[in-house]
Amino acid sequence: MAGPIDITGAMITTPTPAGDWLAVVPVALPIITGAALLMLRKRLHWQAPIAVATLAVVFLATLALLVRVWTFGTVVMTMGRWLPPFGISFTVDLLGALFACTASLVALVCSVAAVQSVARPARRYGYFPFLLLTAVGVNGAFLTGDIFNLYVWFEVFLISSFGLLVVGSTRAQLDGTLKYGVLNLIGTTLFLIATGYLYGIFGTLNMADVIRKVPAVEGAPLMTLATLYLAAFSMKAAAFPVQAWLPASYHTPNVVTSAFFGGVLTKIGVYALLRVLVLLFPLQLAGLSGVIGWVAAATMVLGALGALAQSDIRRMVGFLVISGVGVMLAGLAVGTGPALAGGIFYAMHSMIALTALYLLAGLVAERAGSSSLHVVAGLSSAPVLIIAAFILMLSIAGLPPGSGLWPKIMVVQAALEAQHGWLTAAVLLSSLLTVITLGRFFLFVFWRPPVADGLGERPKRLMSPGPMLALTFLAVVMGLYPEPFVRAASHAADGLLQPDAYVRAVFGEQG
Amino acid sequence: MEAVLSILVGLFFTAGIYLMLSKAIVRILLGVVVFGNAVNLLIFTAGRIMREVPPVMSLDMTQLTGDTANPLPQALILTAIVISFSFFSFLLVLTFRTYQEVGTDDTVKLRVAEPEGKILPPMGY
Repeated sequence: MAGPIDITGAMITTPTPAGDWLAVVPVALPIITGAALLMLRKRLHWQAPIAVATLAVVFLATLALLVRVWTFGTVVMTMGRWLPPFGISFTVDLLGALFACTASLVALVCSVAAVQSVARPARRYGYFPFLLLTAVGVNGAFLTGDIFNLYVWFEVFLISSFGLLVVGSTRAQLDGTLKYGVLNLIGTTLFLIATGYLYGIFGTLNMADVIRKVPAVEGAPLMTLATLYLAAFSMKAAAFPVQAWLPASYHTPNVVTSAFFGGVLTKIGVYALLRVLVLLFPLQLAGLSGVIGWVAAATMVLGALGALAQSDIRRMVGFLVISGVGVMLAGLAVGTGPALAGGIFYAMHSMIALTALYLLAGLVAERAGSSSLHVVAGLSSAPVLIIAAFILMLSIAGLPPGSGLWPKIMVVQAALEAQHGWLTAAVLLSSLLTVITLGRFFLFVFWRPPVADGLGERPKRLMSPGPMLALTFLAVVMGLYPEPFVRAASHAADGLLQPDAYVRAVFGEQG
Repeated sequence: MEAVLSILVGLFFTAGIYLMLSKAIVRILLGVVVFGNAVNLLIFTAGRIMREVPPVMSLDMTQLTGDTANPLPQALILTAIVISFSFFSFLLVLTFRTYQEVGTDDTVKLRVAEPEGKILPPMGY
């Protein structure tokens, strides 16, 4: 060896600032405790406390990360000291931090709810490790700045979500997981195809690097690439016409699993659409805007119609999840700053309100001993549930004082300004159908006298409504004091539309 | 060489999609495997196929001279192979368990989670 080699051209020589380590905590911590819990499989009473504590720390870490990103701008941490684009960069901008923080909160609430509602056999087969590892994949997807890494996180949360879905192994769960598994695997394979082409065109996988290289590439099939990404992520987001896996599987597992999935997993597809189409391919997005608009309108209206036609209350909520995805896609289709901000705010609202609604459906089904609208009736003696159900109905339909009102106004206003009148009509129509669906649910469950064949058997120990109430309270806060959320969503949308700051954060001033 | 592999990738995609259109779950899974391998071959082809020049530099060089094969796509494929293999094994076991419980692997008859009939809610009370 002839003397030390100069590494400053390839490696980062300065140590990472202490605060930037926050970028990896939401991934590193639950992956370690998740693995530890797998090893402690036999110690059942350790599982729940460790999982809840971990997710609480993860939530605090994402909250601190959000504050840091809000104050100092995009946080970047590149792995293995390799200079970007050679090392994988965790690039946390406001959009990623907002989604990660909301998703971590939902994961924490779900883990608390799971303490009571997950049966002993499911714990023995690793419910809590699966929950932690799903949270790992979810947070990784929100925080990474490398597109192949995004694919890997997709697979991480997908395979852990198989575990959560199937644990318990009832006939319905096996059936639902099989359909969920095969269709989602095909979706991520499409994502991989697109990523292979992306690497072939740009020679890089770092998203900030792709942004720099997009203007220089001429004659490359970028439209094909953007369309492939649209197809792949629409499948994850359960947009029409590739939504069939969601209503086939989400009502089968434990209700806490449904709540977590319904709240968080489809929003990762929406997040990836925002990240890839708005940040990397804005010109192609403008070309695809018409298609996305139709997809959004069909998703909203058909999702709400599907919900209207269900007698199983958990399947009904599943269709409402699909309907909500349509509103976010409408924001994407319009593509202006306020529209994207509306879409982002709606995604945050939807994570919280739909998780709460799933938990409520679980509480109702548990008290009535059935989840069929033919049987569930006469729950008028549970005032807490009635109030929460009423608030959630307003939130999800987009009426005051619920959290869905403001993001819907933002999307509708932006769509009108951009001359997308029919998209506005679709949003309002889907809201009307949602009011009818949830109003009827309310009427049957709480006002109808008990039906003749009587309620099913009630379990001895009922689930506590606490976690559901916490989320409902948050939905009211978002509805009554929307200012900080609107501001945060607007800044996140601006960050997507003007990617200079994102690129500078990764590559320094010369970028 | 690239042309031959490109045609092969196309054939793989065709076969994979054809199998996935089947009603039998085992065939669908075989289709998913062929589909996944088509993607792996696609990425492999995108990384330039040449084995004469290794992508290695001596100490006094700062960049490679001439075209070499790109090692990164091969690393990507390794990751993708591991992931798709584990998914395939899991789904095979899941299919077998479903067949044990439900007694069919026909997607048309597999309606435990979404039973036919009686799905409409009551019209009033």
